[in-house]
Amino acid sequence: MSDKPGRPVPKATPETQHFWDGCNEGKIILQRCKDTGKAYFPPRPFSPYTGSRNVETFEASGKGVLWSYIISERPNPNFDMEAPYAIAVVKLDEGVQMMTNIMDCDQTPEALQLDMPVQVTFKRLTDEINLPLFKPAS
Amino acid sequence: MKPGSVAVVGAAETTELGKLPHMSNIQLHADAALNAMADCGLKPDDIDGIATARENPIEIAHYLGIKPRYVDGTSVGGCSFMIHVKHAIAAIESGMADTILVTHGESGRSQVGMTPRGINPAMLDGQFQIPYGVTNPPTMFTIPVMRYLKTYGVDIEKVANVAVVQREWAAKHPRATFRDPLTVDDVMNARMIAWPFSLLMCCLVTDGGGALILTRSDRAKDFPTKPVYVLGAGEGGEHTLVSQMSDFTSSQAFRIAGKGVWESSGLKHSDVDHLMIYDAFAHLPIYGLEDLGFVGRGEGGDFIWEGNTRPGGKLPLNTNGGGLSYMHSGMYGMYALQESVRQMRGTSPAQVEGAKTSLCHGVGGMFSASGSIMFSNEAP
Repeated sequence: MSDKPGRPVPKATPETQHFWDGCNEGKIILQRCKDTGKAYFPPRPFSPYTGSRNVETFEASGKGVLWSYIISERPNPNFDMEAPYAIAVVKLDEGVQMMTNIMDCDQTPEALQLDMPVQVTFKRLTDEINLPLFKPAS
Repeated sequence: MKPGSVAVVGAAETTELGKLPHMSNIQLHADAALNAMADCGLKPDDIDGIATARENPIEIAHYLGIKPRYVDGTSVGGCSFMIHVKHAIAAIESGMADTILVTHGESGRSQVGMTPRGINPAMLDGQFQIPYGVTNPPTMFTIPVMRYLKTYGVDIEKVANVAVVQREWAAKHPRATFRDPLTVDDVMNARMIAWPFSLLMCCLVTDGGGALILTRSDRAKDFPTKPVYVLGAGEGGEHTLVSQMSDFTSSQAFRIAGKGVWESSGLKHSDVDHLMIYDAFAHLPIYGLEDLGFVGRGEGGDFIWEGNTRPGGKLPLNTNGGGLSYMHSGMYGMYALQESVRQMRGTSPAQVEGAKTSLCHGVGGMFSASGSIMFSNEAP
């Protein structure tokens, strides 16, 4: 019997499958518009900058900075982190923003400094989904 | 649009606000609609257009006995009602409708007969937001604020103070949920919900509703109410995932809606006598003041701190106490519109002496959408 995932589990769609496949291999796979060179998120098979389907996937560095956050005090029975836990947005070096939690870190304002470098880490939820999270960069 | 071509002739909230487990969601719509019809002496047969959010507008129309030839179900959160007013102007000016009813009813606290909200793990929020422990708006709408505070060197106390000032206005409103005065310390020391947001920096959760009836201004003289003319309107949008907000210190949706309302009305900031900025959380008025151009970037907190928006100040803001003190059923925009209309009619318990114009600005979702309406009690 497998362990329950402990948090709501994403379901891949045809357009996001490549992203979740990348996560399964411990990588953040982003897409960029080949005409402008700009990366975008969430995944989609066209550029939101130009409307063109001329896009490509690439492996992101997995690095970024803590862009902003709150610390939720509300008990959440559907979640594997006990309150208080931070819900954050990180800005990757490639320019895109992702919502995340900050692992291996005290969930306090003192420890969670805006602009601190972070790097990706993963938590396996199911056979299909290896969830990207972030931790302070070593 | 032609400024002043359309007027609000009927307006009312539900008979009661607050904790209403004896009324289902649809009945809250109806109660407000019946009150608005009684306000201006109309019957269902007189209404040919319907607008509402979240619920199917046909369900509301049928329940009320209305046969619509104009239907607007724009449902982008709490500012939907501002957007309904904007769309109503276009419909009435073009002759596609004569008399439009905008209704809102929401059993936000008691949850009686609400349209369910589901979570689908394959949708964008199911994949990229829900897995990170978000539960309710306090855990999402507030996320941009730390970045705002750092960018402009603003102390969180300036945000807490927004709630203090609005409580001064709520004290004047008998129907406000909370009316006792607050201090900044009270707000800072209240139970923490989503640091740095305490309970008193978050909107209430209550039951209630409201309705507006709009028609051509040249018909307004046939009605018993003082007409409230619509001089301008704007609407805008950005994202539905707060992580994708392009600038955490400013709302693209606000800027687009704000540009629309200033351009369509032709008014200047100094023309505005009364202002409503939908305050789901205490930072919203700060973002709104800046994105509407009343103050420069990073200056909204100080503007409020210095007393400019309080009773006696030069720019009365959220004169019903707002979502923080008056009421908030989940989508609050209709209640902001109701206070703007009262101020224009001269009937607000917190009446701003001699107010001739009111700008009513709303947000939808987590900075997802925006609608902005400029009202006046003088025909242009």
